[in-house]
Amino acid sequence: MSLLEMKQIKKEFEGTTVIKDLSLSVEEGEVLAIIGPSGSGKSTLLRCATMLETIDDGEILYQGKKAVWIENGNPTFPKKQELKEIQSCFGLVFQNFNLFPHFSVIKNIADAPIHVQKRNREEVYEEAKKLLAKMGLSDKAEAYPYQLSGGQQQRVSIARALAMKPKMLFFDEPTSALDPELTGEILKVIKDLASEHMTMVIVTHEMDFARKVADKIIFMENGVIAVEGNPEEVFASDHGRMREFLGKLSM
Amino acid sequence: MSFGVMLRQMTAGFGQTCLIFVMTLIFSLPLGLLVYFGRVSRIKLISWIVKIYISVMRGTPLMLQLLVWYFAPYYLWQMNIGGYKLTAILLGCSLNYAAYFAEIYRSGIESIPKGQYEAAALLGYSRQQTFLRIVLPQMVKNVLPSVTNEVITLVKDTSLVYSLSYIEMFAVAKQIAAAQTTVVPFFIAGVFYYIFNYAVAWGMELFEKKLNYYR
Repeated sequence: MSLLEMKQIKKEFEGTTVIKDLSLSVEEGEVLAIIGPSGSGKSTLLRCATMLETIDDGEILYQGKKAVWIENGNPTFPKKQELKEIQSCFGLVFQNFNLFPHFSVIKNIADAPIHVQKRNREEVYEEAKKLLAKMGLSDKAEAYPYQLSGGQQQRVSIARALAMKPKMLFFDEPTSALDPELTGEILKVIKDLASEHMTMVIVTHEMDFARKVADKIIFMENGVIAVEGNPEEVFASDHGRMREFLGKLSM
Repeated sequence: MSFGVMLRQMTAGFGQTCLIFVMTLIFSLPLGLLVYFGRVSRIKLISWIVKIYISVMRGTPLMLQLLVWYFAPYYLWQMNIGGYKLTAILLGCSLNYAAYFAEIYRSGIESIPKGQYEAAALLGYSRQQTFLRIVLPQMVKNVLPSVTNEVITLVKDTSLVYSLSYIEMFAVAKQIAAAQTTVVPFFIAGVFYYIFNYAVAWGMELFEKKLNYYR
């Protein structure tokens, strides 16, 4: 059973179709990279998958359970408790981190496990410290987000997502707000997660990174999947728009 | 009348000024939050009524509102309004200030980035948790300078209750000035208000500094 299935997804914004009849699936342990030009619908696709946006057609399933589908033309969701369970199986890392500025680093990580998942406070703090150590930020536990660099903030936000023990993680252009040096920090963290067989869906403009880390790459254009396959296949593809896109990158 | 006697009588009146000030804040600060919720309610009728309420509260003088709150029960229903004066004052002031606070809260909440709500949603916070744990603390910090402004205005607005012949510091000053044909009580009143507001501003600044641990 696929961890995530998106079937015939359609999404419109005020009459403009952003995603057209798009289907994809993600298996457990798989790393999927989504690439493509700006405005091709990559981020919207991710926002639909994480239910920040509602879909206009199609259905989304997590571990075979429907998270959203269309009934009588309206997006429909399962009962509150079931939906909550489904939503707890994924996490999202944002382009601009979205850390809570009034919480210290450690509280950013520990607050949701304690107050949402109702887990034991000491246990959660222990785990949060381990996650911080893994991110190389042990000395920043008591710092506030504004005191950190962008790369450090993004590592905290990855730790925050991991603290919820999700089955899979989405990354929405996790390095786009960072300079090249800090980008490296984040890519290394994601690479480490990949080697631990974390299931991940990554929207990115880092082609080299996508090629090295992803098991599967999707090239999106105008709301559809233009090219799909393993990295060698995709980068060897002679799809015109993609060649053009990659060509501009290597200039 | 000696300066000492004036000062003593006005200090006695100042107790009433403080009472109105403190009680109005105690009622209007939380009431403002309730009004805010009404203002942004998804039920159109509620948000529409609250919008009109805010508009009237901000669009007419507080002194006029106080007169209406106090005299309306008598003129409309011939009710006995003896002993009702302080209630009318607190009602009038609280409802008026709640309208202003509601709008201040709204601006403070609307300036919180959408990403905060999205992050909270992804982490599974309920609507209530999102408001109490994420939005409210950031809102308080955002609105503090505007709230300070309002609170300082309230200190001065307490003097409006003299229109209902309620005896507080300013009314006492007026009485003494008229009876003794002297301007001294007005200066004393000015000093009272100034010191009071100085203390308020100092306290609020302290609070702002306390919240400066994050940006």
